[in-house]
Amino acid sequence: MSDQQTAGQRPDEAQDDRQDGAAAAVGKFLEFTDGAVASYFESCVHCGECAEACHFYLSTGDPRYTPTYKLLPMVKAYRRARAPLRTVRDMFGLLPDDPTLDELREWGPLVYDSCTMCGRCTLVCPMGIDIAGTIARMREGYVAAGLAPEGLVHATEMVRRTTSPMGVTAKALRAQVEHQEKETGIPISLDEKGAEYMAILSSMEIMGYPEVIGAYARLFKAADISWTISTKAYEATNIGVQIGSGALAREIVQRVVDAAEELGVRHVISPECGHAYGALRWAGPNLIGRRYDFEVVHIIELIDRLRREGRLPIGNRDARRITLHDPCQIVRRGGLLKEPRRLLDAAASDFVEMDNAGIANLCCGGGGGVSANPRAAELQSRAFSCKLDQLNAIEGLQAVVVPCANCRSVFEDALDEREIDNFEIIGLGELVASTLDQDKAAQG
Amino acid sequence: MSFLQIVEGPLFWVAAAVFVLGALWRVGGLIAMKRRRDIAPPTGSAAAGFIRGNLRHFLPRAAFARRTWIHLVGGYGFHLGLFVLLLFAAPHVAFLDKRILGFSWPALPRWAFILVAEIAFAGLIILWVRRISEPVMRLISDADDHVGSWLTFLVMLSGCFALQQSHDALRATHMFLVDIWLLYFPFSRLMHAFTFVLSRGHTGATYGRRGITP
Ligand code: SF4
Ligand code: SF4
Repeated sequence: MSDQQTAGQRPDEAQDDRQDGAAAAVGKFLEFTDGAVASYFESCVHCGECAEACHFYLSTGDPRYTPTYKLLPMVKAYRRARAPLRTVRDMFGLLPDDPTLDELREWGPLVYDSCTMCGRCTLVCPMGIDIAGTIARMREGYVAAGLAPEGLVHATEMVRRTTSPMGVTAKALRAQVEHQEKETGIPISLDEKGAEYMAILSSMEIMGYPEVIGAYARLFKAADISWTISTKAYEATNIGVQIGSGALAREIVQRVVDAAEELGVRHVISPECGHAYGALRWAGPNLIGRRYDFEVVHIIELIDRLRREGRLPIGNRDARRITLHDPCQIVRRGGLLKEPRRLLDAAASDFVEMDNAGIANLCCGGGGGVSANPRAAELQSRAFSCKLDQLNAIEGLQAVVVPCANCRSVFEDALDEREIDNFEIIGLGELVASTLDQDKAAQG
Repeated sequence: MSFLQIVEGPLFWVAAAVFVLGALWRVGGLIAMKRRRDIAPPTGSAAAGFIRGNLRHFLPRAAFARRTWIHLVGGYGFHLGLFVLLLFAAPHVAFLDKRILGFSWPALPRWAFILVAEIAFAGLIILWVRRISEPVMRLISDADDHVGSWLTFLVMLSGCFALQQSHDALRATHMFLVDIWLLYFPFSRLMHAFTFVLSRGHTGATYGRRGITP
């Protein structure tokens, strides 16, 4: 409920709406508090270590960005209604009040703008608390109370209309695919029944980095794989997961599942997009309540698999000094730690790791819906400074492999803003495709 | 019945019972809440992740050492010191032998007791000074954090005074504070001594299925 909507109501009506909004949020908070979340709330010792891992705190020094603090309204709801022994605390008058709508609204920027759900704070937390996963659940309460930020709400409306948060239509997809067919000279099939693999892409890739589609064509031709793109379900990003709407997230996953099962593919390829992978691979079956009839494979995982099987012969390696950004949802929260490194070792001759590479790498600052939320733009840009420090520490850096289209656009915008152009930002699939040994691939 | 007899006798048993039952109730309550079922096909084991998550978080990660070393020194100093005192201070060994277990083990010599006590005190003081001085800590700390720290501090301090066992009054003070501490424990954040297994384990299990231990 926005302020505009409450204007013109009688004060007591406005009061009722406020209580309803807060009650809806609290209801969802409690619905999403299972034994895992409850044990997080119970075990947090308020040691503040998590702040030292969070790029929003590191870049601003503002204590409000301490990860555990972001959860406070949900913690209060839990203590009041769910915590074991709460009746004893109640006897001493020690139960907190339920969070009010004003309080929830005040917390909105902490729940949405200053958490990319990157999971880095979990590494440093002595209790191993999964703040990122808990923020995801907390957002369900925010959506129920109508308190999600406007930018994300706008993106959900766009998804409802066009299936894509950027409004990419099937017509636009066809045009980009045709263009890539011309570029590569390789035919790309759409809606092909019986293909082995179905690729889905993020809007950002289709419109901003269409060369990704050409890279797929070259890689899969070399590996002799049959693949297709569905014009009914080409969008991989899942705004439902970002904003915290289980219902919308389910709808988006279901669309992909229906298309894949209709085409009868054996695998669906999740693209170089962090949260899209988490949404389809890890959340998806739980959202739709069953396992799929196909395997979800991340593009990095697939290329790595094909290369190890000898189906993607690498020719001349890229000689530039290259480093790797670890997209949080693919690496730290997705488990694909070794695959991108094996590919870079194979495709680049001067691959160097940045500080804290791998599981402890820093987030770009734009994940978890932050980059789709204009309210957070300034904060996002500040948070990127942590990333920039990592890059600047590498002498003679020429290129950064960023295997996530969202991170990639965050990198590019932030570097543009700072007028830095001494290194290039590239995708991992494109890098491998560009180093393929064409002769061997053609024979293969 | 003297005050010492009360605090070592009936009050101690009541406090110990509240401690045990309260802690069991609270941990049992958390376990009964179950975790959401996860049907995504796993690449690793949730059970192994539960254990790995628990073990992994005993050791700090190098990536954060520079920014968190004060807390690490305080945290490890205090906790390790406290456990050694709890299990190896001579009066504790004797108390456990005579009152509860019926068997004993070698106790710390006096010089070692003093050394360990100093480490534990220094650790607790570092943690508490940090709590009242750093902006992050001031923002997130609540009354329970302070009461827990102070009660533990007083228990330790009175324990040092009572070491010689020469004055009943000192020993009674220590035991009285121990009783209060036991009564407070299950209702407070001191419960992290048990709940850490669950929180680390849940995260470990969630991500263990994905083949990684954050
Ligand atoms: S998940 Fe990432 S962004 Fe969110 S609080 Fe933790 S470190 Fe900060
Ligand atoms: S590091 Fe973990 S235990 Fe410490 S305050 Fe943050 S969430 Fe709580």
